[in-house]
Amino acid sequence: MSKIGNAFKNGKAFIGFLTGGDPSIEKSYEYIMTMVKAGADLVEIGIPFSDPIAEGVVIQEANIRALSVNTRLEDVFRLVEMVRKESDVPLVFLTYVNPIYNYGKDAFFAKCQEIGLDGVIIPDMPFEERQECAQEAKAHGIDIISMIAPTSKDRIKEIAQVGEGFLYIVSSLGVTGTRSKITTNLKEIIDTVKEVTDVPCAVGFGINTPEQAEKIAHDADGVIVGSAIVKIIAKYGAKAAPHIEAYVKSMKEATMRGNK
Amino acid sequence: MTTGRFGPFGGQYIPETLMNEIHRLEKAYNHYKHDPAFQMELQDLLDNYANRPSLLYYAEKMTKDLGGAKIYLKREDLNHTGAHKINNALGQCLLAKKMGKTRVIAETGAGQHGVATATAAAFMGLECEVFMGEEDTIRQALNVYRMELLGAKVHPVKSGTRVLKDAVNEAMREWVSRVDDTHYVIGSTMGPHPFPMMVRDFQSVISREARQQILEKEGKLPNAVIACVGGGSNAMGMFYNFINDKDVKLIGCEAAGKGIDTKLHAATISKGTVGIFHGMKSIFCQNDQGQIDEVYSISAGLDYPGIGPEHAYLYKSGRAQYVPVKDDEAVAAFEYLAKTEGIICAIESAHAVYEAMQLAPKMGKDESMIVCLSGRGDKDVAAIARYKGRDLHE
Repeated sequence: MSKIGNAFKNGKAFIGFLTGGDPSIEKSYEYIMTMVKAGADLVEIGIPFSDPIAEGVVIQEANIRALSVNTRLEDVFRLVEMVRKESDVPLVFLTYVNPIYNYGKDAFFAKCQEIGLDGVIIPDMPFEERQECAQEAKAHGIDIISMIAPTSKDRIKEIAQVGEGFLYIVSSLGVTGTRSKITTNLKEIIDTVKEVTDVPCAVGFGINTPEQAEKIAHDADGVIVGSAIVKIIAKYGAKAAPHIEAYVKSMKEATMRGNK
Repeated sequence: MTTGRFGPFGGQYIPETLMNEIHRLEKAYNHYKHDPAFQMELQDLLDNYANRPSLLYYAEKMTKDLGGAKIYLKREDLNHTGAHKINNALGQCLLAKKMGKTRVIAETGAGQHGVATATAAAFMGLECEVFMGEEDTIRQALNVYRMELLGAKVHPVKSGTRVLKDAVNEAMREWVSRVDDTHYVIGSTMGPHPFPMMVRDFQSVISREARQQILEKEGKLPNAVIACVGGGSNAMGMFYNFINDKDVKLIGCEAAGKGIDTKLHAATISKGTVGIFHGMKSIFCQNDQGQIDEVYSISAGLDYPGIGPEHAYLYKSGRAQYVPVKDDEAVAAFEYLAKTEGIICAIESAHAVYEAMQLAPKMGKDESMIVCLSGRGDKDVAAIARYKGRDLHE
């Protein structure tokens, strides 16, 4: 079992996201360490991609910023190594499937294992296409984090059954990005998952306020926040650390209140 | 692995949010594909609304001038809305209606597929929104207004490089946001299964007619069939009913822009590598990091960094061959066809005409070929004038 389980050991988990290389690898390293210090239980690192079809404008622009400074896969691997030297925090990549395929599937997951990565989230690799990477990931001990959407319905159980690491519950229809309201019946989805597996459920897409985090943490095992953090990075650039720290702290506290 | 593969190519590489809808679409399509009532309704629309069957025109002057094989033009340019795109738009909109959808969305490059979808949607009373790269809305301003006249809403896409690839990204994002009442009318033989198969089926009317027409005129099959390829819908339609006729050469012409040794081209087969993008495993122009390339062609309709998975399969299996044709070659063919036959074809189709001009003289006079004239060239006249240095604006 990977280290991902550790993220959910001490109550409800807060999961933070940033795009690797936005605005630079060194800054990504600093901001990941800031998140960890502020209480993040797991960090998701986006591998920049030219055409991130599951992302809203905020993370699309982060991808463009990272690519505009020539961030390469090797740089993102180096980022993980840098964090690993300092911290045991579970780390996962969010990446589209093409960069993995292009790098060579086995080579990619071997590298992930070597640098101490724990899992990957691949938004354009649904359950039916898991075999594209499943064997290679398993051979190198990397969890594939499956996604469950509000539209998954009768697919929930089959996806949950092969779940590893954690299950990424997509809060709403659409792409990533902050939302003022989340109307999906998440409890119903999570209850269905729990019928077939003990793998933790973390909810992402749209969450940005402490109130939302607390409410969601009542039902979920973890809360994932991406665009809200990326927005802070977009606004403050190289000087985002104190703002990230304050924000993540408040979100982690709110998530913990969901324990009750 | 999913069904809907062509050898290793194809598949359904899309976000989970769309998976149930894709399965629903797959099921609905497999049902209506074999439903005689649906097929009759579609055939009626094709015949009585879209002006099918399209002519198989013997280009006698061109044939004599080139002095080789007999050249036939499959005149998809004479269809309602001026291109082959209407075949697919009518099929998918009819299917969307049967599935209870009230709204369709589409991507468009040159605007031909957008216009075809807006037309079919207007005719069938569906709400229609079209995503078009901002760059293309400027290049093809007339088609934007045309879509608006037809009641569609056009969204200029400001992300990425603001061309066709970005329009597809944005249409997919929109579909993920609103999937219940909305069908995404993909315009080419690309995207996740069942789209490549479904679009090919709707376009295969081209070769179903052409095969019968050439047998009537020549008493034998053609030696070669030629079509331009972007995503590959007119080419799949033109090839499909000849695939089992092993002696018929299938030739796809891709956009070589300023040349395949420059960065400014969209020649996927010549320069691309296998990858996974826009829902499918196929061949793409990409860099060593798996980032999708910005591509270029004078023709907005061929300006796409990938190719449909069935083409990738026809190429890898050796059944079809693909040749690059440059901007200046396509423009020369565009002018040649206008002067020789009095036909102004789409700049996309001119890529295929150019290859026919190269090939015909090398073939015998007892041989024949069919060139798919996928669309008419009205939309390109101003751009070609500017390409030739004339300051002409629509």
